[in-house]
Order: sequence, then structure tokens, then C-alpha cells
Amino acid sequence: MRYEIRMQQDYSYAAPSHAARNLIRVSPRPIPGRQLLTRCDVTVSPPPSERRDWLDFFGNQVTEIAFQMPINALSVTLLTEVDCTSPPPIAAADATPLADLPAQLHAVRDIGPDSPHHFLAASPRVRPQTDMTAYARACIDDGMTALQAALAIGQRLHQDMTFDAKATEVDTPTETAFAKRHGVCQDFSHVMIACLRGICIPAGYVSGYLRTLPPEGQPRLEGADAMHAWVRIWGGPQSGWMEYDPTNDLVVGSDHIVSAYGRDYSDVAPIRGVVRIAGDQKSSHRVDVIALD
Amino acid sequence: MPQHEQRTDQPDLSNLLEGYAVPKGTADELFDASGTMRPVWHPFLSYLNGLGPARCESRFHRGNQYLRDMGVFFRRYSTQSGEDRDWPLSHVPVLLHDSDWAQIETGLIQRANLLERVVADIYGPQRLVRNGQLPAELLAQNPEWLRPMVGIRPRSGQFLQHLAFELGRNPDGSWFVLGDRTQAPSGAGFALENRRASAHMYSDFFPDTNVHRLAGFFRRFRDALRGMSDGDTLAILTPGPNNDAYFEHVFIARYLGLMLLEGEDLTVHNGQAMVRTVSGLKPVSMLWRRMDAQFADPLELNEASRIGTPGMVSAIRSGSLALSNALGSGVLETRALMAFLPRLSEILLGQPLQLPNIATWWCGDPQARAYVQKNIHKLALAPALATGLPHDSNISAMGPTGISGEAQPDNWDGTLVGQEAVSLSTTPCYENGRLVPRPMVLRVFLARTPTGWAVMPGGYARIGPGGENSALSMQQGGSVADVWVVSDTDVPRDPLVPNRDTYQRVLQGALPSRAADNLFWLGRYVERAESTIRLIRSYHRRISEGEPAHSRRLQHLAAHLDRLGVDLEQDLPDVLRDQISAATHCASKVRDRFSVDAWVALSDLNRTLAGMTKTVRAGDDCARAMSVLLRKLSGFGGLVLENMYRSSGWRFLEFGRALERAITLNDVLQSFTATDAPNGSLDLAIEYGDSISTHQRLFLVDPNRYSVLDLMLLDLSNPRSVLFQIDILCSLVPDLPLNPDHTAWRETLLRQITAVQQFLTGTRPEGIEISDFDDIRQRLFELSTSLSSIYMR
Repeated sequence: MRYEIRMQQDYSYAAPSHAARNLIRVSPRPIPGRQLLTRCDVTVSPPPSERRDWLDFFGNQVTEIAFQMPINALSVTLLTEVDCTSPPPIAAADATPLADLPAQLHAVRDIGPDSPHHFLAASPRVRPQTDMTAYARACIDDGMTALQAALAIGQRLHQDMTFDAKATEVDTPTETAFAKRHGVCQDFSHVMIACLRGICIPAGYVSGYLRTLPPEGQPRLEGADAMHAWVRIWGGPQSGWMEYDPTNDLVVGSDHIVSAYGRDYSDVAPIRGVVRIAGDQKSSHRVDVIALD
Repeated sequence: MPQHEQRTDQPDLSNLLEGYAVPKGTADELFDASGTMRPVWHPFLSYLNGLGPARCESRFHRGNQYLRDMGVFFRRYSTQSGEDRDWPLSHVPVLLHDSDWAQIETGLIQRANLLERVVADIYGPQRLVRNGQLPAELLAQNPEWLRPMVGIRPRSGQFLQHLAFELGRNPDGSWFVLGDRTQAPSGAGFALENRRASAHMYSDFFPDTNVHRLAGFFRRFRDALRGMSDGDTLAILTPGPNNDAYFEHVFIARYLGLMLLEGEDLTVHNGQAMVRTVSGLKPVSMLWRRMDAQFADPLELNEASRIGTPGMVSAIRSGSLALSNALGSGVLETRALMAFLPRLSEILLGQPLQLPNIATWWCGDPQARAYVQKNIHKLALAPALATGLPHDSNISAMGPTGISGEAQPDNWDGTLVGQEAVSLSTTPCYENGRLVPRPMVLRVFLARTPTGWAVMPGGYARIGPGGENSALSMQQGGSVADVWVVSDTDVPRDPLVPNRDTYQRVLQGALPSRAADNLFWLGRYVERAESTIRLIRSYHRRISEGEPAHSRRLQHLAAHLDRLGVDLEQDLPDVLRDQISAATHCASKVRDRFSVDAWVALSDLNRTLAGMTKTVRAGDDCARAMSVLLRKLSGFGGLVLENMYRSSGWRFLEFGRALERAITLNDVLQSFTATDAPNGSLDLAIEYGDSISTHQRLFLVDPNRYSVLDLMLLDLSNPRSVLFQIDILCSLVPDLPLNPDHTAWRETLLRQITAVQQFLTGTRPEGIEISDFDDIRQRLFELSTSLSSIYMR
């Protein structure tokens, strides 16, 4: 499936911002055999004094920009075309029983970007909590594979949590979203990650895009008009990583386009930046993902 | 009974040593395992014994006084706002013989080399993990393993330049490592102060000893840092005055002539780190980092940090900036690493550790876990990723990664380590006329120089309070002692400045904008507080003289004070306290720029103020209190302004002071020389301006509106006149630094000042309208804004 993705993020500041510096992570991520970028333009307005493009630890595309003059507004646009294929399904024979996962994990001698070791401990926005761990335990049976357990927890969360775009802010703590059982894709994903890590399943955060209009006859997915987020689960050394969207209760296929992988939102925030301002700032965000064929 | 014996050819030390009982199974510095006094102690103990209790106490007092006078404090976190406490010096140094020290030196140099190899691997090729020699979890789950730093080779080629190690002594007399300090080790500066205190206390003994001197260590390290800095500004990066080691950062910066920078002093342009100075941006390529790595860059590291520099990691990545130690080096402090270092030494260096570390088992490994479960009675369980030391009791309160009582042996996992429970060796402390053994840990500092690692010969040991409490942390009541490494032969004296006969000046770096800002506001707040004190004093004097508070004149004064925010219901108004605390805050940010005397004067002022809060009563008592504050504040102001070198820093301070005095004088004149001001207001104005006798001398009449304006607005010889202060501002401007980015602004500044000056110069007292004061105030405010726009952004 080929997509054209257009994303625009605008900020305006009540007082001029001095010496702003930002890291932008909005480009789709090239993934061999799954995502091929045929075009990718990240445009920043006003033109920054500095701009550099590099890959971060997890292999995500980063555009670093800086302004030496005061700015009143910032606009970031993405225009990209990407060819997407569904990740191959995971063979049942490859699945690791949940009980065996810790030993299998310990045997992994790797701390590269895809190593599951990064995704088990607390990360800046996701700290395993006893109540979420207990919730996760209640969803699973003995003898499940790690991936079965993850899906059971994801489905249960999807049932129990309400999607509510107004209920949370970008920095709402995961604990609050879980306690109130509501939130947006970011909260669904953070809660699920906390649940999985609580029972020793490595789980990471994925930011990306969803096609705006569903294929004929299928319902429109939640989260399609903004950048979306879902979860990445390590099922064992054979099965590797699986992606699951708890907001829509879906194993990720070709409707999802990956932008960045990280431990939680803080690793992949679309625009991370230190803006030295006093006063308000306003922002707007718009995403269109058009299927080209 | 003490087990030790004394050699018969030595003087009788029994008074000093009576009851000196070393706990069973521990090593002691004074007595070896056989109970014989180590020979290195004989001369010092004889000397101490000869002094006798009374003279000892007075010597110790001299040492404490020295430290207080030098402004050596440590900051206590347990209290609400963090307060400065006296430095807890244990007056008896720890004495070690050269031969002991040689073992420590070679062992630690080997360990430093090993740590460099380990850190280079884990931020580089990561072979140790791939080969199964270091568990991936210990890095991947470690908050000190900084992912953005992976793959970045420091521009200097090395990660580690400045290390500290905590050492304990085994019952058999051998040494072992308790902890590695690799993040931003503190204490080396304190060691130097310990030593100076020793030299003061034992001035009739120390100079003739063969104790290795410390200064050479600092000089070698400074020269090494200079060598790495490309001729750019060399600076210490500090987290700021709220850090418990801030005193030390100030001290070292002053001692070594380095700039002291906070995160906001720096900005990054096109991959190059720059210092914001009053003369524009200046490149910096080497920073001695005293800030924990996570806080260094909010953009790529901890996003909640408010003390970092956005883009710092980017500058490091681009190869234009090196930090010493490199960001991410703190990972080496991880407790669980100790379980692997003995083996890593064999692998990476091909030799066993010369100085073992405390035996450690990581519970993530099944065999090690089984060992810990079986031997838990002789082990201590600790968080695997903790970076604290076994005997710092704060580690027991580690929070979520700490040990919860619920964890059953079956659930022990990679988050835990078992460590051999060690008892610390003891060293003598002086208490009530006798020596008593107290637990101790040695802290040893290493610095990388072009010719290899330099080891600071002694200087710092931490002493526990004894009894059941084995905590060594100063926060928990521990103390600190000097460490003397004694040679059998003469030692080089090695002062910091290599040659007494040269007098070449060190090129001074430009003044950081933040320092200029703080100096400017320090000047303003000191002057503002003085003005407030004078007005409050006038009010309470009149009250004490029996003038009713509802008299028109006092009501007029009260209204003026009210406009300044002074609440006269409060005998010591909050506003005054706020002004003095604002001045103190500014001063604390530029403490490296003025003398210790000035700092001590400021501390004294604050203590006095705090003491007055509870006792001061309205009327005469308050008027007298204000006089005391006035004297102390002027003392501080005088020590700073009079004695500070006439650098650009001094000009900003003086500019702030003169500007504020012009503003406050102008306000007072507007209030008290108004034609409708109540009778006697002019007297208040003259009293405020400290000009009563001058007025008597210069004018044959009682004060009238014109005479007061002549003296306090227009007189070029009266430091309490507005024009006098404007003249000072005019004279300062030509020597303010040129900021190439703001040449047009500087013209504006000059124009603004001359405009006020010309207006006042060309005016007679009779020509002054009440609206002129508004005009002058407006122009003075604009001056302040212009100055900030040019220099303090």
C-alpha cells in the first residue's frame, strides 16, 4: 500500500521565544521489507538558523533545528510518500511461553537499538505500578505465550478504557490515565506498556500515522486525524517484535505507518524543544494520510 | 583493656590513649593487627601529647575559625531550605606511611585504566556485552547509561579525567575499594581546605614534617585541562548555589583561575558551545563538569532539567566540545559493576585487580543468586543499580529501586546485589582529651595528565560518629579529616604557582552575561535595602521620640513606605527581608568574584537579620536594629565595592548601585520636597540623605525646598545627590565592554544617560517641577532596560 502523508504542526507564542532549539521526529522510519520512503520532506518555517538531520539511538530520523533570533511562531510540515507492507505474521511455533521469557531475555547479549533489554525497566514516562501489574496478571492464564498474554491485556484495556480526546493532556501521568480508564492513543499505549513491563514482557512505544479513510466497508479508526501511537511487544528471541494498537484493538498491519520507536513518548515526541518563553503558546496539528493505490 | 603496647623509647602517651579500644575484627590506623602502634604516628602523637588538652582545644578552635573565615560550609539538605553548616572537621589527621600509599597509588591507577577501558567499550563497540562478559541489563536498565552518548568518542580521546575512589582497610591491613566516583567527584577542593586548616592548627609542627603536599596535584590537572581546551576559555560547569558542593566549585574556580559557569551561561551555535558574555559569544571547548550528566541537556537528556544547556549533546556529537568527565561516565558507579570488574580486569588488562573491590554478587546471574541466598547472613543486600556507597545510609531510602521488605529470596533478581558485609577500619578522633577509634573511609582523587594518572597524596577521609551508627555521610552527622601521607625523606614543597620570580598575568576571560546580570542586581538590591532601612529607621526614631503615628508627617512617611511595599504593622517588614534575600541570592551566584571577607560579612548580616526577626519591637528598639543592619549592609557593600578589582564585573555592580541610589533618592525627593508635603518633611529628606551636618555647614538657613534640592538633587560633590550618581553612571559607560552584536544599543545607552545629566546640570532648584521627578524616574528605568538588552540576554 502506497501513502501520501501530510502533517502540519503550528505553534504561536504570545511572547517572542529566544534561542529556541528543537528536535523533530515526524518522518516515517525506513524499515527494510516493510516501509520504503520514496519521498520525505520536513519543512520548517520560519527558516531556522541551523538544521541538521541525524539518526537517534533507536534509529529514528531526527531533524534538529535552532533559531538564533526571537521567533513568534513555528510551523513544521511533513510531506512524504511511503510504500507499506504488513509485517509478516508470527508463526505459532516461534512463540515463547510467558514463563520462559525472563530466561530467554537474560540470554540476549545485545544492547543495540532493537534489543528487548531497553524496554523492560522504568522509562521517563512509564513506571510499572503495582495496580497496573495486578490488572495485567488478572488478564492472563498460565501457559499463555508472551504474545498471547500481551494481546489479552491489550484487548481488556481496549474494553475498559474510553477514548476521550479531551480527558488528558500530552503530559498526563500514565497512572492518572489508568486510574480514570480514559485517554488518547498515547495514554492507551503508556498504560499497556506499564502493564506488560509489570509482568516482565519488554514493551516499547511507537509513534506514527494511520490512514485517514479506511478501506471500503471498514470503520474509520480512532486517532487518524493526528499522529498516532501504539505498542511494540517482544515475544521472545524467535518471534521478535510484534506491534499492537490498543486504541483500536488491532495487530498492526499496513494501515499503520511507523514514524519512531522508543521506550515511551519522551523518546519519540514529534517536537521536543526548549522554548524560553514567558506567556502562553497556542498550537494546532493536522494530519492527512491518503492511500495512493 | 587496650591490646596495644608502647615502645619504651617513646614518651608516655597513656593520657591520650587511655581506653583506646579497637573493636574486635577491625583494622585500625593507629595500631596494627599485633597491637603495635604504627611508627608513622609517633612524632605527631608526641606533639599532640605535649600540647596537652587545653592547648589542643585552642588549636582545634583555631582550625574551625580558619574554616569559618574562609567561608567553608557544607549545605544541609534535611532542613527546609538547605542551610549552610560549619564544616565538620575531625581535627586529628589520618596518618599513612609512603609504603601504604604506594600500594594504594598503583592499585588505583590500574583501576582508573580499567574503568576507562570499560566505559570506552560500553559507549563504543559494546564487545563486553556481546561476549557475555557484562550483562546487557546492567546497562539497558541503568538510568546512568545515556543512550544519546552511544557511539560518540570524546574529542579528547578519553572519557575519564577526574576520579575519586572510596577505600576501606581489611582487618589484615590490606586496602579494598568500596566505591568508584566517576560522575562528578567532589571533595578535592575540600581536601585542600582540610589541609590548610591542619597547617593552621599545627603551625609549629606541620612545616617540618615530610607530609606530601597537595598543590602540585591541582596544578598538574589544571595544566592538563588547559592542554585540552584549544586555548579557549577553561571553565567549571556547576549546577549552581543549590548544590551541596557549590562551595567547592567556587573555591576551585578561584584557586585555579577558572571561569565558573552554569548551564544558562552556555548556548550552542552551529555545533559549537559558546559562553554568553558581556563582550558577545566566546567559544568553549572543554568544561570541567561538576553537574550530574542527566541534567546537562534538557533536549537530549532529562527533559525536566532547568539547569542544563539545550544542544550540549549536539556540540559534543559534533566534536567541538569535551566534558570532563564525559557525559555518561556515571554509569561506572553502578554497584553491580563491582561483581564484574575483577573478571574484566583479567579480560581487558590481562592482569588481576591489584586492589580488590568489596566482594559483590549480582542476583541476575542464577549462580550468584544461589550464593547470595545461601550466604545472606554474611552479606548485605543492595539495589544493583545504586550509585551510592555501602556506608552512606541514604541508600537505604532508594525509593522504587530500593529493597522492599516484601522481596522474598525466591524473587531476588537482577535488580539486587549481595555485598560482603564489611566493618570499616578505625582511626583516632579526639574527644574530651582522649583519642577514640572511629570508623573511616579514605577518599582518594586521581586526575589524568599528559604523562598518566596523578594521584592526590591524601587530604580527605570521612569519619563516622561511632557507636552503633556506622553512617559516614555528613548529612548524617559524620565528619571529615585530613589525610597525611608521610615520607621518611624530604618531600617537594611544590606550590601552585611554579616560579616565584615570574609575574606574567593570566589572560582574563570575558565576563559571563549572567554574572554581569547578578552583579548589576546585587548592586541594586543592596542599595534598595539600604534605602528601605533608612526610611524605616526614620519612622521608628520619630515614634521613639514621642511623635504620634497619626501626625501628618509620619502619615506622609508611612504612605511613602507603603508605596515601597513596607507593612509598618510588621516590626521587621517582609519587604526588607525580601530585598536582603534577593541581594544574597545574586551574591551567591557570583561568589567566585568577590572576597571571602565579603561573603562572611553577608552571612553575618543574614544571621543578624534572622536573629532580629523574633526580638525586634517597634520604636527605639527597631530604630537601633535598623542602624545595626545599616552598618552591616554597608560593611558588605564596602568590602565588595572598595576591594573588588576594577574589572567589567565591578562596573556592572557599581552601575546597579549608582542607578538604584539615583532612583531611590529621586523618589524620596519627590515625596518629601513636594510643596504640599507636611511640615518637617524636609528634615526627613536630609536625614535620609545622611546630609544633616552638610546642610548646616553649607547653608545659613534652615532647610527649605530649594536648599534641599540643591544639595540632594543637583550637588556634584554630594554622594547623596541624584546628579552625583548620574555622573558616576556617565563615567562608567565608556569602559563597559563592547558587545559587537549590540553596538547600536550602546549608543542609545550613552544618549539616555547624557540626556538626564544635561537636564540636571542645566537646572536651578527653583526650576524643578514635580513632574520632572517622574521624567527622571522614567529615564532611569529606560537605562536599566537598555543595559539588560545589551549585556544580559
